[in-house]
Amino acid sequence: MLFLQSVTLRLCTTFITLFGVALIVFFVIRVVPGNPIAMMLPPGATEADVARLTALYGLDKSIPQQFLIWLSGVMQGDFGNSITTKQPVLQLVLSRLPATLELSVMALCIAIVIGGTMALTGTRLRGSKTEAAIDIGNGMALSVPDFLWGLILILTFGVLMPVFHISGRVTPSLALPFSTNFYLTEAALRLRFDLWLDIAAHMFMPALALAIPLAAIIGQLLKQSLKETMHLDYVTLARTKGYSETHVILHEALPNAILPTLTLVGVQFTFLIGGTVIIERLFSYEGLGNMAIDAVINRDLPLIQGIVILFAVIFTGVNLLVDLTYAALNPRLRHA
Amino acid sequence: MSFLSIRNLSARLKGRSDQILRHVSLEVAAGEVRGLVGESGAGKSMIGKAILGTLPHSVEISGGEIILDGIDLLTLPSAKRRQLIGAKCALIPQDPLTALNPSRRIGPQITNRLVDILGWSRSDAEARARALLAEVQIQDTERVMRSYPHELSGGMRQRILIASAFAAEPKLIIADEPTTALDVTVQKQILKLIAALQARHGTALLFVTHDLGVVSKVCQSLSVLYAGLVLEDSTIPDFFHAPKHPYSRALLAATPKYTDPDGSLTPVPDAIIETTRAEVAAFDRSAHV
Ligand SMILES: Nc1ncnc2c1ncn2[C@@H]1O[C@H](COP(=O)(O)OP(=O)(O)OP(=O)(O)O)[C@@H](O)[C@H]1O
Ligand SMILES: [Mg+2]
Repeated sequence: MLFLQSVTLRLCTTFITLFGVALIVFFVIRVVPGNPIAMMLPPGATEADVARLTALYGLDKSIPQQFLIWLSGVMQGDFGNSITTKQPVLQLVLSRLPATLELSVMALCIAIVIGGTMALTGTRLRGSKTEAAIDIGNGMALSVPDFLWGLILILTFGVLMPVFHISGRVTPSLALPFSTNFYLTEAALRLRFDLWLDIAAHMFMPALALAIPLAAIIGQLLKQSLKETMHLDYVTLARTKGYSETHVILHEALPNAILPTLTLVGVQFTFLIGGTVIIERLFSYEGLGNMAIDAVINRDLPLIQGIVILFAVIFTGVNLLVDLTYAALNPRLRHA
Repeated sequence: MSFLSIRNLSARLKGRSDQILRHVSLEVAAGEVRGLVGESGAGKSMIGKAILGTLPHSVEISGGEIILDGIDLLTLPSAKRRQLIGAKCALIPQDPLTALNPSRRIGPQITNRLVDILGWSRSDAEARARALLAEVQIQDTERVMRSYPHELSGGMRQRILIASAFAAEPKLIIADEPTTALDVTVQKQILKLIAALQARHGTALLFVTHDLGVVSKVCQSLSVLYAGLVLEDSTIPDFFHAPKHPYSRALLAATPKYTDPDGSLTPVPDAIIETTRAEVAAFDRSAHV
């Protein structure tokens, strides 16, 4: 009962949030200079041509009027058509979403593996040179933003040691038997490991660039909270029971130390998804972020609107997921 | 031959000359209860931690032996040592509110040592846990085993920790002020419980406390500690009839029960603190620390 109530409340606030985001973005992109119609017409088009097309896209009406028209369309699942490609926005956006989701999730996994390993190793080898090295590495990783890591990776692995691909999502000459755009997932499900490897090798560099700062944050925070947990009485008690230090860290300290990290990872993961916009551009990766930049350059108002809404949906979804995981892991909340 | 025998144990802050333990020697025979008293900061907990191998990183042992059942713990490799401690010793901690893992159920926290370290089957270990919980007078053992720590009261949790300490039939239990964190009304029950279980299981007990009244009821022998130095090592009758050290006498006088039942605590007189400090300084000079 209580659960149902909180879910309903959550859904309500989510819709209000999404509405707010839609409203703000709608107005802002119409107020900033730049005319999408003028940009799509060839040089030498007449005033009349411009006026005709402006009316066609409904851009001659007042902004509140435009918003209401757009909103009533959205209610029926119609996000309008892209001005540049003429295709339905929803279809365009959904076709790119899988690429970005796969990239973000891979980046998250890499960040968790690297960050978790750093934190656990640092805790196990407290006070050693290895721990000092990990701290320095974390500090360095944190002081460089993801897009600079992208450039560094392109230079080192793309140019100096070309082992990984630094452009695109898959080698263009390969024939893809996929029925969805979740290439990596589908390649795995279809047991096409040749394709999987090619796709993963394309994804690895941009994913790593996105992952490095998050890995450093996870490493630092988790190590800090492990360190505090390792002093607690129940950890000491477990040591006196005869458990090894590694067992004590993994089974006694980690389940409790991980909770604060988890909340932070949720917030940081939304930042990471935001980071895909520039990283996808940098690596010519055909995802939502790359599409967003094109849409902004072309002043493709309906498309920008659609992409922003989708990003907002993803962000709220991630936050919801984090809260649910937190509740599942923390017995004190589970019974509340 | 004592079950635990500590000889000339010294400990200090790492890389510094600050002594925390000064040639501490004490024996606990099998089945014996030894009290360990001294003012706050005297090093009582450090002795327990040195035995159990849980000294803080900042503290190092600078000499001496800790012989448990004929084996010098300080010469063992650390993995071996932990296993030995896990099999033969147990700890009843001071604060029951922080000594249980908040994210795990009570049942596994009692049975884990039996299963993981001692190799019992899960069902045997659970039966054992149930029996011990009944021994510490917990009625609905099934519900308690399935509970999380935050669902139980402090007294209940201390009972659980006591049950857990006795579960593996250790030869030696170290109880570090096991009642100070509890409500006064619960303290007595818990104390009785520890004494009863100790007697029934015949476990040796090193009992750290401030309370000489408790010592007189529970212990058979006593070590008095000041600044990491053992001032007195006596049997209980000897200590209460004829304490050897002036500091012990002052301590005894400071305990209200033995002078005037509702009188206030008389602090140890400054003059005695002075001579005791001088004794510690003299010890340091003679031991070249
Ligand atoms: N983590 C630590 N690092 C360094 N020194 C410590 C640490 N913990 C305690 N000490 C020092 O070691 C000495 C002995 O401390 P210990 O905890 O054994 O005292 P105690 O006799 O148990 O006192 P209490 O009755 O307050 O528990 C004290 O002087 C204390 O300052
Ligand atoms: Mg203490």
